[in-house]
Amino acid sequence: MVLTELSMLELAAKLSSGEITSLEATRACLARIAQVDGQVKAFLRLDEKGALAAAEASDARRKAGNPASPLDGVPIGLKDIFLTEGRETTCASRILQGFIPPYDATVVRLLREAGLPIVGKLNMDEFAMGSSTEGSAFGPTHNPWDLERTPGGSSGGSAAAVAACEVFGALGTDTGGSIRQPAALTNTVGLKPTYGRVSRYGVIAYASSLDQVGPMTRTVADTAALLQILARHDPLDSTSAKVEAPDYREDLEGGVRGLRLGVPREYFTDGMDPEVEQAVREALKAYEHMGATLVDVSLPHTKYALATYYLLATAEASSNLARYDGIRFGLRAKDAKGLKELYGLTRERGFGPEVKRRIMLGTYALSAGYYDAYYLRAQKVRTLIRQDFASAFEQVDALVSPTSPVPAFKLGEKVADPLSMYLMDIFTLPCNLAGLPGLSLPCGFTKSNLPIGLQILGKPFDEARLLRIARAFEREHGFTRRFPTL
Amino acid sequence: MPLNDFQPVIGLEVHAQLLTKSKLFCGCSTEFGAEPNQNTCPVCLAMPGVLPVFNQRVAEFAIRTGLALGCTIKKTSVWSRKNYFYPDLPKGYQITQYDQPICEWGALTIDTPEGEKTVRIRRIHMEEDAGKNVHDAAVGESLVDLNRAGVPLLEIVSEPDLRSADEAVEYLKALRDVLVYLGVNDGNMEEGSFRCDVNVSVMRKGETQYGQRCELKNINSFRFIKQAAEYEISRHVEVLESGGKIDQETRLWDTQRGETRSMRSKEDAHDYRYFPEPDLPPLHLADALIDEVAQGLPELPRTKFKRFMSQYGIPAYDAKLLCAERPLAEFFEACTQHYKDYKKLSNWFQGELARLLNESGGTVSISTLKFTPAQFGELLSAVEKGTLSNNAAKDVFAEMFREGKSPEAIIAEKGLAQVSDAGAVEAVVDDVLAKNAGEAEKYRAGKKQIFGFFVGQVMKAMKGKGNPALVNELLKKKLGD
Repeated sequence: MVLTELSMLELAAKLSSGEITSLEATRACLARIAQVDGQVKAFLRLDEKGALAAAEASDARRKAGNPASPLDGVPIGLKDIFLTEGRETTCASRILQGFIPPYDATVVRLLREAGLPIVGKLNMDEFAMGSSTEGSAFGPTHNPWDLERTPGGSSGGSAAAVAACEVFGALGTDTGGSIRQPAALTNTVGLKPTYGRVSRYGVIAYASSLDQVGPMTRTVADTAALLQILARHDPLDSTSAKVEAPDYREDLEGGVRGLRLGVPREYFTDGMDPEVEQAVREALKAYEHMGATLVDVSLPHTKYALATYYLLATAEASSNLARYDGIRFGLRAKDAKGLKELYGLTRERGFGPEVKRRIMLGTYALSAGYYDAYYLRAQKVRTLIRQDFASAFEQVDALVSPTSPVPAFKLGEKVADPLSMYLMDIFTLPCNLAGLPGLSLPCGFTKSNLPIGLQILGKPFDEARLLRIARAFEREHGFTRRFPTL
Repeated sequence: MPLNDFQPVIGLEVHAQLLTKSKLFCGCSTEFGAEPNQNTCPVCLAMPGVLPVFNQRVAEFAIRTGLALGCTIKKTSVWSRKNYFYPDLPKGYQITQYDQPICEWGALTIDTPEGEKTVRIRRIHMEEDAGKNVHDAAVGESLVDLNRAGVPLLEIVSEPDLRSADEAVEYLKALRDVLVYLGVNDGNMEEGSFRCDVNVSVMRKGETQYGQRCELKNINSFRFIKQAAEYEISRHVEVLESGGKIDQETRLWDTQRGETRSMRSKEDAHDYRYFPEPDLPPLHLADALIDEVAQGLPELPRTKFKRFMSQYGIPAYDAKLLCAERPLAEFFEACTQHYKDYKKLSNWFQGELARLLNESGGTVSISTLKFTPAQFGELLSAVEKGTLSNNAAKDVFAEMFREGKSPEAIIAEKGLAQVSDAGAVEAVVDDVLAKNAGEAEKYRAGKKQIFGFFVGQVMKAMKGKGNPALVNELLKKKLGD
């Protein structure tokens, strides 16, 4: 087997036995990146020196029989939304080009403490706004399964790098599906944990009440192992939950026998790709076969989720992005005459079209006279959507649905039509509105060899059960060990 | 006199910086006067990715203030964002409380020429301060100092219950006294830690509908507040009398020219786009915390003032002065344990003590006095018993103030003890009368006004230590009165 195709835990086992060193694994990643990233364009920046130094330190710990965590020494990539001390972080935006953060995000610190070498920063839609990674100010990422297609977004760089075996795992963020949708489009596993499960400190904010950090890996067990490192209370994030994390790998092989899986009828809509629907239906059958009971459930307010999401997310974004004003860091329009022009020109030049669109939408939704009609109304609908899920979870243990209505689409196909791009998140964003955990795992391929994703949604802090349900399918019908040819 | 046909209506919004050691949402120091941008961290600089963490001490300060002003303390309050662009506002929004503040509906009683008056307080909320822009005209650049950004403030909003500039100033003074008493604010207007916006309008007498109001921003002394409010009242009356209309606007007080000037009108008023702060959960206060804060509330200036009058039988003027500052009032009370002529004690506070404090130029304060209340009492008792003259007592007191020695030690050291031994005094009196036989003759002949001359001669001979009552008594006896 090719070294870079190992799962994180497989590599960890070899590191543990001394068969491979972290330095070798890290060098293998760098070589693989050198080989394929010219086509995939997953990385915005590499940190060879930092990664190799971390690998060396890890090897020393392993040698001394003192690994920092089960994943000590396993190279990983980071979406460029995570602040890395002393290493440029741009959120794929011109406005932050050249920005060197003075501190590490909490999750970055946790990864460093756990001994994982950080290979580099991965491409994304600018400020995580988008579903195709075409919104990056530095050019799109290509889907390793078909280079003419998008890997999804906004964590498209993370998904593509993991799928193309450039790194063993990556971190993404998910505000409306930005981990799960690209995972589905690249045959990887992506988990958006419960809101508050993982610290947001040092993660560049898009929509604060919806953003959540999560792992993106090639196997379910790897996702469990990464989550184990990330899931903890952070006093620096006031929305971080004070809920003790269970051992996510303990019950991973427990199967689905006796579980009640809800099939939300609103998630099987017209316009869904027939091949996607078929693969998901087959996965449902497989679950029945494995001893789960399928239950037809309804989430009646689903049809309002998209509008609700785009009001709330843009409202928060319009405020969160106000700090990019050219005064303290990042881009500044040097030729501006006067303060207003400084703001205007800096933001005009620094932000891309999708970011501007969302700032304007959010500003409008919060404006005097429109607040009640838009923002406040959206908050009320959000409550209804939460209640939908709460009553569904009175009947079932988890919900199963497609992750994305379509497989990977062609680059450029939806760029001119923002609304059709927004529809890519239609199955993923209700979960963010409700703050619930959601996971996407590979469940098949189209005839033209494009990956299809299955989404599993759970109760708050029920990640362990989602992982167990995902693992059951992976074990019996695994698509997770298939790799694109590059 | 058209002014008399109108009724001014004034409401105040006070911003009080809280005396916490660290900022509202991060651990940075709140100390005044540091090098620019020294008291900053990624959180108060609003670097990408940072999140606010609420400083719980601020809630205690807000509760303390709310309880002292008779407010309802809301067990759940909500943080909001107030969005606007300005270089000293690093996040591009201020975290504040909007529709659900921590305290509501209290009151503050003030004195007016017509008697006591209760001013309603609509709300008190917590918020963070902004930084400071420094405009360097010489270089043509503006610099930003974010030391103050994130320092906790209370905003205390009154109802428009005030009816004159004097009442407004009275209210502000009373409010400042309360905040300083509570230990939540230092009351320093020059450094901007106690500042206010004044909302002024006028209406014709007899009307019930308030007139259009103007807001006067950030005025930094009581004198300027009075001047600005009075200027604004006359301006409104003039405009209305000449058939004009008052535009709702924000105005500045120009201290140089003694007038208010328009800063921005309603048309270009900000749309702050308030919405609930998603990075902070609603603030829930436990009953236990509110009870605990209530237990620790000090006696407030007004209550103390009234008690001082009744308990110590001193006039209102004295009580007011003594209660102006909490340490002063507390020191006075401590002294009453050692000296029971409270009026005389009060006189010493207003006289010698005030003078020495004043002369120290701020280097000595009540809380850094070197002598104890017991020593103060000892000194005054010595005067009362006649073992020390009033004048000598002043010298001893000055020495106590400077050196912190006991009065007994100073009296002994300087030999200041008053001579009340009748035999010793009589000897001096006889001597003086013998040496000034001619003068004595004149006195006895009716030139009574020279009595003071003999007193002076005796005192001089005794180096000021003769008991004045005894000296007087013996002189009169010997001169045949």
